[in-house]
Amino acid sequence: MSLTLLNAAVAVFIAICFVGLNAAYLVWCERKGAGFYQRRPGPMENGPWGLLQPPIDGVKLMTKQLLIPGGVDKAIFMVAPVLAMFPALISFVTIPFSKNIVAHPINVGVLMIFAFAALGGMSLLVAGWGSRNKYAMISSVRAVSQTVAYEIPMLITTITIVLVSGSLNLSEIAASQLGGFWKWNIWGFQEAVGYNILMPISFLIIFVCAVAETNRAPFDLGEAESELVAGFHTEYSSMGFGLFFMGEYANIVIGACLVTILFLGGWSSPVPLGFFPFTDHVGWFLLKIYMIIFVFIWIRWTFPRTTIYGLLNLSWKYLIPISLFNLLLTAALLKVF
Amino acid sequence: MDVSQTIYQTPSILSADGLVGLVFLVMVAVTILGAYVASTAERVVRAVSGLVICFVGVAGIYYFLNSPFMSMMQILIYVGAVCVTISFAIMLAAPEEKKKTTPANILSGPLGFIVAALIFGCMTGLALKTEWQSYPKSGSGSVRDIGISLLTTNSMVFELISIILLIAIIGAVVIARDGRSS
Repeated sequence: MSLTLLNAAVAVFIAICFVGLNAAYLVWCERKGAGFYQRRPGPMENGPWGLLQPPIDGVKLMTKQLLIPGGVDKAIFMVAPVLAMFPALISFVTIPFSKNIVAHPINVGVLMIFAFAALGGMSLLVAGWGSRNKYAMISSVRAVSQTVAYEIPMLITTITIVLVSGSLNLSEIAASQLGGFWKWNIWGFQEAVGYNILMPISFLIIFVCAVAETNRAPFDLGEAESELVAGFHTEYSSMGFGLFFMGEYANIVIGACLVTILFLGGWSSPVPLGFFPFTDHVGWFLLKIYMIIFVFIWIRWTFPRTTIYGLLNLSWKYLIPISLFNLLLTAALLKVF
Repeated sequence: MDVSQTIYQTPSILSADGLVGLVFLVMVAVTILGAYVASTAERVVRAVSGLVICFVGVAGIYYFLNSPFMSMMQILIYVGAVCVTISFAIMLAAPEEKKKTTPANILSGPLGFIVAALIFGCMTGLALKTEWQSYPKSGSGSVRDIGISLLTTNSMVFELISIILLIAIIGAVVIARDGRSS
């Protein structure tokens, strides 16, 4: 084991910095994106292109008073934001950014990400319940049913990838797709398997589920402002609210990382050439995840919010049956070829 | 390996073994804390939160015992499915009424304590008296190894789990068959 205490500490420090910076600047990206789609400039007052807006927001959040409304379940109320942030943070431990940049390549990395995503779902429930607020309560009921509904097709569809690559280790799954964009799982060309026509369907299901799991529009019924004030974080002020926000954006990064690793070849370059800009590199990984995050933002500001019935119907009546058939057919294809 | 003849020395707290031991103790403490919250909380949601903490502690112990697959499954199934199902049950149930506090029987405390102590004593005795055999490590814990051992060595467990799941599915269908009209 080369992992000494110092290495671990450095890895944790880098992970926290990465998550924090991403959470802060994705908010900026989101606002700029929103501005772009709504034909207005977005944040522009503080610093060039409003780039100083996130640190200023952070200072504002941290210096505000942390209000605890009367009659809330205090212990639960305080724990919920931490519980929202912690699983998102810990999932970064197992995500491979490149061949060498991975804190701890645990054998069951895929499972780990899903396990801690489930823990994040609990935080929404606990936050809504602990706030002693009807809107928050309704929102947490919605959020939990949504998380459960979309976790099932996502897990089932992930099994197809596990079947194809024969591993639950994220590093191995990504490494099996090296060598050109046509080897990425999204196309379904595998040397051992032949052409698997179902992979684009898997990709679509996972992508929709990733959007829904991170409570993004058009699936953001948990915090539907027009009906539920601010959803489960209605009663949170100051850094409690800030932690929920950071947790949300950290989850978006994790969702993008997962899609990239499972389907888009991780850190592999699209063209298998040896010289500098085309070597397999962490830069490709970052480029891919930010492109996916851009699509997330694009979707959020383009599509209107669905209803809760539409949301649950989409999962239980379409995505789950499709993903079950998809799994069956993928297994059959693997057996036949 | 004969456990009784191995001499255990308390490792220094800063050595690798000491740190690992510390992690183990923290996990045990988390498990006990969660169990305590779960069993003494007056509000159901707090009890569920305690259960979540307890399960996370148990998952940590599994991880400590070099079984990451079990540990992740523990969180995924127990926190992600069982606890969420319990919270669904809470949401669907009638709102919490005022707790009816009837004075407990004077004997129930001591009797409960005696039973708990007996169970604890018996389990400890069993654990200490059994001649534990170290089970050979089955593969590297990869999906392939787990699949093979599930379908060969441990196929009984696999079949039993399948039956339980089948019963659960049939039960759910029976309950849901009437639809919303009733």
